[in-house]
Amino acid sequence: MTTHLVIAPILLPLLSGILLLLLRRITVRWQRGLGLLALLAQVSVAVILLQHVLDGPLQVYALGNWQAPFGIVLVADPLAAWMVLITALLGLFALLYACQGADRAGRHFHVLFQLQLFGLQGAFLTGDLFNLFVFFEILLLASYGLLLHGSGPQRTRAGLHFVVINLAGSTLFLFAVGTLYGVFGTLNMADLAVQIRQVTPEQIGLVRLAGLLLFGVFALKAALVPLHLWLPAAYSAATAPVAALFVIMTKVGAYGILRLDTLLYGQGAAADLLDAWLLPLALTTLVLGTLGVMASTALRRQIAWLVVLSVGSLLTAFALGGVNGIAAGLYYLPHTCFAGGAFFLLADSIARRRVDAGDRFAPNGVLVDRRLLGGLFFILALLVAGLPPLSGFVGKFLILRAALDSPAIAWVLAIVLGGGLLTIIALARSGSVLFYRSVPGDNPAEKRSQAARRLSTELLPVGGLVLLCLVLVIGAGPVDAVTRTIAEQLLQPEIYIRAVLGGSGT
Amino acid sequence: MSLLGLVLTIFVGSMLAALVSRFGRLHAAWLSGVVVVVALIQLLFLMTPVIDGETTIERWSWIPTVGLDLVFRLDGLGMLFALLILGIGLLIVIYARYYLSERDCMGRFYAYLMLFMGAMLGIVLSENIIQLLIFWEMTSLSSFLLISYWQERSDARNGARMALAITGAGGLAMFGGFVLLGEMVGSYELSVILDSGELIRNHPQYLTVLILILLGAFTKSAQFPFHFWLPNAMAAPTPVSAYLHSATMVKAGVFLLARFFPALSNTPEWSWLVGGAGLITLLVGAIVALFKHDLKGLLAYSTISHLGLITLLFGIGTPLAAVAGVFHIINHAIFKASLFMAAGIIDHEAGSRDMRQLNGLWKYMPHTALLAMVAAGAMAGVPLLNGFLSKEMFFAEAVSAATYLQLGWILPALVTLSGIFAFAYSIRFIHDVFFNGEPIGLPKTPHEPPRWMKVPVEMLVALCLLVGILPTLTVEPLLRIAAGGVLQAPLPYFDLAIWHGLSPALLMSLIALIGGLLVYSLRYPLFRLHDRFEPYVQASKVFDALLRALHALAAAITRHTDIGSLQRMLAWFVFSALVLGISGFAAGDGILRGPRTTLPLDGVSLVAAAGVIAAALATVLLHRRRLLSLIVMGAVGLIVALIFVKFSAPDLALTQLSVEVVTIVLLLLALYYLPQRQLPESGLWRRARDGLLALAAGGGAALLSWAVLTRPFTSISDYFLDNSVSGGGGTNVVNVILVDFRGFDTLGEITVLALAALGIYAMLEHLSLSGPTVDRRGRPWDRDVHPAIMGSLTRILLPMALLVSLFILLRGHNLPGGGFIAGLVTAVALITQYLANGVRWTQARLPANMHPVIGVGLLLATLTGLGSWWFGYPFLTSTFSHMHWPIVGEFELASAMLFDLGVYLTVVGATLLILIFIGMLHSGDDTEHKPAGESA
Repeated sequence: MTTHLVIAPILLPLLSGILLLLLRRITVRWQRGLGLLALLAQVSVAVILLQHVLDGPLQVYALGNWQAPFGIVLVADPLAAWMVLITALLGLFALLYACQGADRAGRHFHVLFQLQLFGLQGAFLTGDLFNLFVFFEILLLASYGLLLHGSGPQRTRAGLHFVVINLAGSTLFLFAVGTLYGVFGTLNMADLAVQIRQVTPEQIGLVRLAGLLLFGVFALKAALVPLHLWLPAAYSAATAPVAALFVIMTKVGAYGILRLDTLLYGQGAAADLLDAWLLPLALTTLVLGTLGVMASTALRRQIAWLVVLSVGSLLTAFALGGVNGIAAGLYYLPHTCFAGGAFFLLADSIARRRVDAGDRFAPNGVLVDRRLLGGLFFILALLVAGLPPLSGFVGKFLILRAALDSPAIAWVLAIVLGGGLLTIIALARSGSVLFYRSVPGDNPAEKRSQAARRLSTELLPVGGLVLLCLVLVIGAGPVDAVTRTIAEQLLQPEIYIRAVLGGSGT
Repeated sequence: MSLLGLVLTIFVGSMLAALVSRFGRLHAAWLSGVVVVVALIQLLFLMTPVIDGETTIERWSWIPTVGLDLVFRLDGLGMLFALLILGIGLLIVIYARYYLSERDCMGRFYAYLMLFMGAMLGIVLSENIIQLLIFWEMTSLSSFLLISYWQERSDARNGARMALAITGAGGLAMFGGFVLLGEMVGSYELSVILDSGELIRNHPQYLTVLILILLGAFTKSAQFPFHFWLPNAMAAPTPVSAYLHSATMVKAGVFLLARFFPALSNTPEWSWLVGGAGLITLLVGAIVALFKHDLKGLLAYSTISHLGLITLLFGIGTPLAAVAGVFHIINHAIFKASLFMAAGIIDHEAGSRDMRQLNGLWKYMPHTALLAMVAAGAMAGVPLLNGFLSKEMFFAEAVSAATYLQLGWILPALVTLSGIFAFAYSIRFIHDVFFNGEPIGLPKTPHEPPRWMKVPVEMLVALCLLVGILPTLTVEPLLRIAAGGVLQAPLPYFDLAIWHGLSPALLMSLIALIGGLLVYSLRYPLFRLHDRFEPYVQASKVFDALLRALHALAAAITRHTDIGSLQRMLAWFVFSALVLGISGFAAGDGILRGPRTTLPLDGVSLVAAAGVIAAALATVLLHRRRLLSLIVMGAVGLIVALIFVKFSAPDLALTQLSVEVVTIVLLLLALYYLPQRQLPESGLWRRARDGLLALAAGGGAALLSWAVLTRPFTSISDYFLDNSVSGGGGTNVVNVILVDFRGFDTLGEITVLALAALGIYAMLEHLSLSGPTVDRRGRPWDRDVHPAIMGSLTRILLPMALLVSLFILLRGHNLPGGGFIAGLVTAVALITQYLANGVRWTQARLPANMHPVIGVGLLLATLTGLGSWWFGYPFLTSTFSHMHWPIVGEFELASAMLFDLGVYLTVVGATLLILIFIGMLHSGDDTEHKPAGESA
């Protein structure tokens, strides 16, 4: 079976999605069971896959048995496997939360959820640029369906903006892919990397143009400034588990940028493609994200801006480059996914209990469960603001450390640290409104909703994600070793190229 | 027994305290007490090597690759602080048990307190400075929880937030400093850093590092101008103030100065920054303290002043001054903790902390009064009390520092001035509270507190006396060990005698005493003066204003960017794409036209091009008349299909054609629901901007195509041509690419189609829109919605259309056609039924439920792919063979055809689902099928 291991993370959600569609008449309980089972399987497969590629060579899977560069190949290198694992874990906990009732707010939630994972895992594993485009489309459509889940005018509006801007992105993707195909006549990423490395002076203008257009596409997905404007509305409108899963979507963009920077344009005359762009834009994203966090008047919106901010941090790390920078980013990436996802889930639990004010920062009746909710809020605030002793701090430390060799060290220091400070100030403010300031008076509705569900089970997924962050702290040593291995491999694209194309690659 | 264990003991105690309080109100207090005692015992054992002059280092691996391990260190300085933290901590635990009222949650209090204690211990026991920083920020966070303990009070919340902001900011600055320092030295560990003083001081980045680290120390120990958070933190319960502002939180700042003394001091920058901040803080604190009517306010500013004193001592920079600094750390911790506790007792038993109300308490609580008076005497520096000794040393250091400074006399003069005010406020604390007539308007009659509430105070006051009278027997050994830990070098000579003869320091003390009495007697005119100027010099107001301004800025910027406008997003996107594209292309040789020879221009191409351009322009011009512009847009699609035909791409042309038909029908259906009213047109400059962007983007796309198409082209497509028949078993290369070479793409694309259908279904299912009943000119729609001729004709056409689509499907592998086109043709044929005969008529004959069709289609395609696993090949590996049946003759069967069938089913299902549901929208309820066709 190990020969098919690479495609398993893609086929599992696809098949479960199709099954759930065909069996849509079965009870909700069975749908949930099936969905969760599928995710458990995905997590296990992802763990096995990561182990395989860390211990052994990276794995190439030629679809239809057509060898690269002619057919489509899937490539499981450590980076892809890392992303697959993070996605599966985040998906598992988001789905767990959804199974407490959010999945019943509309049709086909479970189908869409699985197909969204199909798109995500495919995007990480594919070794073909056009196939990446296809998976981006799947992602887009699935997330559009999920975004609308639960309906309502706010979601419909956010959904429309989301889908239109992303379709524009897809068009640009086609331009970029078309240009590369027009110049090199190939779509396989390893093959493209080889060709781009040997680019002739006549080709270089078009090749750089295509690369920067691709960068624009990925930047849009990642919500890099100034292409971040779609995110706050979309993420704050989405249902909690959907928003939690969406946290990984910006990372697909970041992943694309990383591949672009290390594999496609990793070497040769065009290797400096992103140097002038990425760091300034990432730092600007950090600044604007922080301002957005400060300016938010409701919790979900604030968390959405925190996602923007985290993109800034992540891409700052990638922009700093080198083993240190990339490894720092790859440590920060799961941290920010888990913490951001958990925060969206928690915000939902809080908002549902604040009958009058919802997630708005306005006084409300006393929260009955404010101890547990407040405690988790506190922990998550520390996580996302990057304060000790949690994984956010370790991530930030690694990023700062990577910045030491950069000429922009002063900027990075000031912005990353200042951003963290303003974040914690803003979150302290939010927290004290949500949990401390309360208008007197008893809230019968609250008690009723209270009785309806047991909070501790409801918060189990949040706890699970927080636990994952704790694992990242306690196991920071081994995790750092893994991310370093990944980064080292990324910086030697020959390994990838040789694995895909065989000996001819070098 | 280990240092890690010691720190963990306290943290575990914190968690347990939170847990046990469920079972009884006082459990948390008892448990905390026991835990601290256990920790103290551990410390006593761990101390032995330190007393012998050794430094204990313990190491646990954490992230070795980046030099970040958990490393603990116990040396003299750490030991002194650990003793203070745990010793005074124990007294606070006892005191708080009596201080907190029935309504306060004990578990939460003790959990926070122990969390804070553990973090403090972590700071003083860290060898790795990043680890030190972790604990450092944890003290900021846990102090936030402690200060905001009474959450319902807004002053508590605001005070806590301010403390967090200031100390958190300092901590982050320090973080930056530590990272740079670690890079400079090559290690984050103190044993290396403290030995590299020379290297650090000569490094070009020394000043940056120094300032960043000092920011951390100064914010934490409330040095001017960051002092204002401390008085605001007085909203905390008094045990918290007593702990945070005597032995712990604020002392962390001076601990840091002491810790880095060997590495960073001994430069002019150090002296000016540290000494300057210390001196100003010393003065400001002492002066302001006199004017505070709130008992805790007075103590708060006195704390600030004393911290300034210690900072100034470290700033002076001589080894002897450092020894004096360490000594004053001990003394201040002892007397200030007891003073805060005494103030808490007074607040608790008299119901007020305002010195204008509290008078003559001597009569009501003589025991407490005596304790408080001794402690205040120590604070003032009265002989025979501990404060006197370190203050004398401080005065002496100020005088000796003056000898090598220009205008040196200023230093002792200012120091004496601060001494005057220190005396004055100490006298005020004693005289105003315990004498000075009778209480005024207290809420309750003051009385002595419970016995055990006084015990901690008594113990501390006893220490004040013991140290003050017998310094050499009590404190000197400890001081020597601790000072050794600070200096990391042999100690200078010093003598802790009470009487040093007639020295300048003694003279300064005398002046301070007399001056203090004088100032106190002049207090009322001074109060009036102060009241006039106070509103202008409040640093906390400045901070609040700053923060508000920042918030306003954030809100303004965010409001202006995040306005939820799709046009804005798209404009930015197009603009970004343009900038990226142009800058990318400009980096090359800049030649647009490649060397490839182009085909000669012919009339057909020209006409087609002109048609496309005209249609595009017309669409823009007619955008107000939706139906018309839609039809024109359809023309663009049709011309594109013709272009495909011209370049011999029948598959593409067929696909384009059928897609065009389906899309236009869809759009027409959707058009029906758009509001009739005219939307306001954008302003002129907006239109100009958008027009320019559009022109630039369109032009850019055209130029890009031109540049790509005029360059020589070599591709992998020859491989497809060569292998289509032999490997894929089909002569229609396009189809073989779709279902075989790149079948995986197709699988993805049909999933996209299915997702679109499901998404639209989910969106529309419960949506009900009311379409217009009249057209724009107010005429009602035609009643005759289903023309009879059209209805009959389409019914006859249906079987033929289906047959055609089946034909297209089957021959697809070898001749133009395939599942995708066939699916679209079928969909068009069925849609026509809906259009011509209405939904109700059609649904009675054709199931509207398309979900299973989509599902089966997807499943079929996926299972075809999986089938190749059976034969040991990768997913989607195709196989084909030629069959010979009688009559039928020879024909080919390829697994790819099964895959194509899946494609076909998915396309049919998805297209129909979308069309049916948009069509049924305005009926609202899908059980009651009203005709949908009329909408078109």
